[in-house]
Amino acid sequence: MRYAMAVDTKKCVGCGDCVVACQTENNVPHGYCRDWIVENVAGTYPKLEIELRSERCNHCENAPCVRCCPTGASHIVDGGIVLVTHDECIGCGACIESCPYDARYPHPEGYVDKCTFCVHRVTDGENPACVDVCPTHCLHFGDLDDPNSDVSKILKNRKWKVLAPEAGTKPQLYFLT
Amino acid sequence: MKEELFVSGRNIPHIDPYLHLWTWEIPLYLFLGGLAAGILFFAGYFYVMHKERDMKATIKWAPMLVPFILVIGLGALFLDLHHKLYFWRLYTIIRFQSPMSWGAWVLMAITPLSIVWAASYLKEVFPKWKWPFAWLDTFEAFVIKYRKAMAWIMMILSVILGVYTGILLSAFNARPLWNTSILGPLFLVSGFSTGLAAIIWMSKSKYERKVLTRIDLIFIFVELFFIIHMIMGFQAGSEAAHEAAKLFLGGEFTVTFWVFVVLLGLAFPATLEIFELRGYHVPVWIPSFLILLGGLIFRFVILEAGQITRYLY
Ligand code: SF4
Ligand code: SF4
Repeated sequence: MRYAMAVDTKKCVGCGDCVVACQTENNVPHGYCRDWIVENVAGTYPKLEIELRSERCNHCENAPCVRCCPTGASHIVDGGIVLVTHDECIGCGACIESCPYDARYPHPEGYVDKCTFCVHRVTDGENPACVDVCPTHCLHFGDLDDPNSDVSKILKNRKWKVLAPEAGTKPQLYFLT
Repeated sequence: MKEELFVSGRNIPHIDPYLHLWTWEIPLYLFLGGLAAGILFFAGYFYVMHKERDMKATIKWAPMLVPFILVIGLGALFLDLHHKLYFWRLYTIIRFQSPMSWGAWVLMAITPLSIVWAASYLKEVFPKWKWPFAWLDTFEAFVIKYRKAMAWIMMILSVILGVYTGILLSAFNARPLWNTSILGPLFLVSGFSTGLAAIIWMSKSKYERKVLTRIDLIFIFVELFFIIHMIMGFQAGSEAAHEAAKLFLGGEFTVTFWVFVVLLGLAFPATLEIFELRGYHVPVWIPSFLILLGGLIFRFVILEAGQITRYLY
């Protein structure tokens, strides 16, 4: 099993519903977030192009954050989801420094926190909260090993990219372009 | 093509707009680790070379400071942790892929060793010293008997500790400025050079100072070479590496780096040391102080600048 997410940059309108849904679902403290919207404006006026991306932890297959964690608090579970066990984390920040996507944050309580792909929902067969709430249905989630999953099907039919592939992290968050 | 990024809804403390999670604790820890490694290495080395009589500051006096240096360093590391109550988790597991983990273990081994080494010389340095328990005398006699073995272990562990202070950073692929394998050797020679500076400062013997100053000069030249090598490496690297080098070549750290680290922290004290070897009188504390200060600033600069650098996407 290999969970992954595809984000349709052509459909995203940048409303930020996914951000709010995550914050409510996962009790993210005020001022922090596990997912966020990036507006990438490119070109020279008047020929401007904008790309909207809903970003979060990439649940990298080759995760530097897991490698550098001195206590094993950062680990990978079934389906390739990268998680942090809060009461094993010493808050050294090594994983935050090691993430090329700045996907982690220091929780005010001391441990490090990040997107869990809503593991509590996913193991029950549901989608992550951000996916379900997106009004334009631009987030697709599922198992890459299952050719009939939502994410497998859309990745087959559309062009996509991942962020900073040169970092060698093998990210599992795909951006449809 | 021009590109601009806006990140909406994100202003996370310590992370946005750019990463500044590690502040003073980690660079101080790296500096003290390198300093301790330097002192211990030369204590071990000159002991093995049978220089106990000529090199008192190297073998006996400076190592007295090391336990304090290491404890302050460990204290700084502890202060950096955000989830302090779980500190002990570091010592329930060894994870070889994580420099933070094996570094913590090396410190756990070298700190007691440095305490035992210093303690075994207490009576020589402070003739009035008396152990409060008889078994400590027995232990002391035992330690003195095995000093040579200790010296060897100390040398090996201090090289690992010195390299570790650089590898801790160079293992972070996400920060292009740190992600260069030269950083391990660079921090090693820099740490050893600060260690030598500290010993030279403490030494009262002309002979000892001369021997150490000569070695220090070699280390400083190697360090300068490594620094140039590092920047050339960035220049020959990817766009992200170019951006990293730019911070030192016209960017915001240019002055701090070239003036305070390279000029005042390396080149100028090296010149003073050369003058001293030529027979001119130079107050010994000046080059030593500059080298130590330069080493400290060096780590702060690398730490802060490194956190700004990132992959461009
Ligand atoms: S995106 Fe960052 S936090 Fe997530 S798995 Fe990759 S390296 Fe780790
Ligand atoms: S902050 Fe926590 S999860 Fe991150 S590397 Fe340190 S111990 Fe591991």
